[in-house]
Amino acid sequence: MLKINDLQVNYGGISAVKGINIHVPEKSIVTLIGANGAGKSTTLRAIAGLVKAKSGEIAFQGENILGMDTIDIVAKGITLVPEGRRVFANLSVLENLKIGAYLQKDGIDEQILKVYDLFPRLKERSWQLAGTLSGGEQQMLAVGRALMAKPKLIMMDEPSLGLAPLIVNGIFDIIKEINKLGTTILLIEQNANKALKVADYGYVLETGNITMEGKGLDLLQDERVKEAYLGTSKAK
Amino acid sequence: MTFEVFMQQLANGISIGSLYALLAIGYTMVYGILRLINFAHGDIFMMSAYFMVFGMVTFGLPWYVSAAIVIVAAVALGVLIEKAAYKSLRDAPRMSIMISAIGVSFLLENLATYLFTGVPKGFPDIDILTRAISFGNVSLSVATLVTPVVTIILLFVVLFITNKTKIGMAMRAVSKDFETARLMGININRVISTTFVIGSALAAVGAILWGSKYPSVIPLMGVMPGLKCFIAAVLGGIGNTTGAVLGGFILGMSEIMLVSFLPSLTGYRDAIAFIILIIVLIVKPTGLLGEKVTDKV
Repeated sequence: MLKINDLQVNYGGISAVKGINIHVPEKSIVTLIGANGAGKSTTLRAIAGLVKAKSGEIAFQGENILGMDTIDIVAKGITLVPEGRRVFANLSVLENLKIGAYLQKDGIDEQILKVYDLFPRLKERSWQLAGTLSGGEQQMLAVGRALMAKPKLIMMDEPSLGLAPLIVNGIFDIIKEINKLGTTILLIEQNANKALKVADYGYVLETGNITMEGKGLDLLQDERVKEAYLGTSKAK
Repeated sequence: MTFEVFMQQLANGISIGSLYALLAIGYTMVYGILRLINFAHGDIFMMSAYFMVFGMVTFGLPWYVSAAIVIVAAVALGVLIEKAAYKSLRDAPRMSIMISAIGVSFLLENLATYLFTGVPKGFPDIDILTRAISFGNVSLSVATLVTPVVTIILLFVVLFITNKTKIGMAMRAVSKDFETARLMGININRVISTTFVIGSALAAVGAILWGSKYPSVIPLMGVMPGLKCFIAAVLGGIGNTTGAVLGGFILGMSEIMLVSFLPSLTGYRDAIAFIILIIVLIVKPTGLLGEKVTDKV
């Protein structure tokens, strides 16, 4: 569904992504793990058209979307749940959902009901301003808002960031749920343990290069991954 | 002071206050979205007054045809300014776009002086607005009575657009977060243009009503009202439309009341606005209805 070929991105004068290849098959969950500043967010932002790539190719359903405007990329069925949730604090929960469907012509009400099914908490807080929600609820709203665009591919940037462990589990359950309903997911996480458990396939990004890749569960067992990202390597 | 004089001044205060309010809405909306003080706003007001002179005096059009053309022309001018002077500075530091706005303001003022000369032009007499109506011993022009009504109606129209329509929702979203708004598929440039359309249209209406009260049109006529209306917007809480109208009314009323109760201070009429500005900035920088801005790191 999404094929990234030799993508290079410069960000703030430095080369943040140095020629990476990523393949996201249809209906899969693919995760990109790595430390802060490895270039994970930059990769997602380049796919969404928020930063201009230097070179390479990003093919979505066979069409090169590199260099396209964000609006057109969203219209093609790619949405990004940005890091730090970024809900519109001055809009109500319902309005946040409606604005997620900004490019949709019809079926908006049905989609709202689907999102409310997925997140009953949002329905309860429908009229509340999004800024008054808790962190976990805001993350639900950010995901729900992205779903409103009926995306084929949904990208999530650190959905567990700053949330309590119990809430984090809930978020990962939702990610699996959304995937089961047929949406392809590209997930960025610092919580490598959780991310690799839900992912079909994973890539490890280090200072702009992919250093390892493999099935989620395989990476989870890999000694180098364990040592660098999971913190569970046995001391000798 | 007799009761009649007081009533007369009260009406004047409300009327001038609502004129300020019309212009202040334009400042506050543009600020809300771009965090830009659009210094050219007062000059769009000035150009509108000139357009009205040309429409009615030069081409002899009836006032309502002329007014419609003036509104369209002001909107076109406002959008043109945005596209030419602000759009390319979207990612530049805020100071750059502010300086660009000051540049546009000077450009328009000097262009008007060059094209129309500095000699005051008489604002055409719109009979139904300048006619006087008497209530007992109080005599008021229709414009004085109509202005607040028009302002309140337009305020409700603006509030309806921002709170109940799709483009209004997009405006509120863009005002909070450009990038996330883009991720929703919102065309930022269209939203910003819409803001300038609304602001400029209100400035045009303001200019027509202003001209009926103060029928002298000069290239610098937008400077002082522009500054005062910006202050009105700050007083009300910049970014807040209702606040801008409230600020406009308070400012207009304070000015008129100063002049009528303390006639010896008439010369300081224009200073009132700036004194209010200083007080607001010291005591409550967010203005009367402004929300607290917390910058998250």
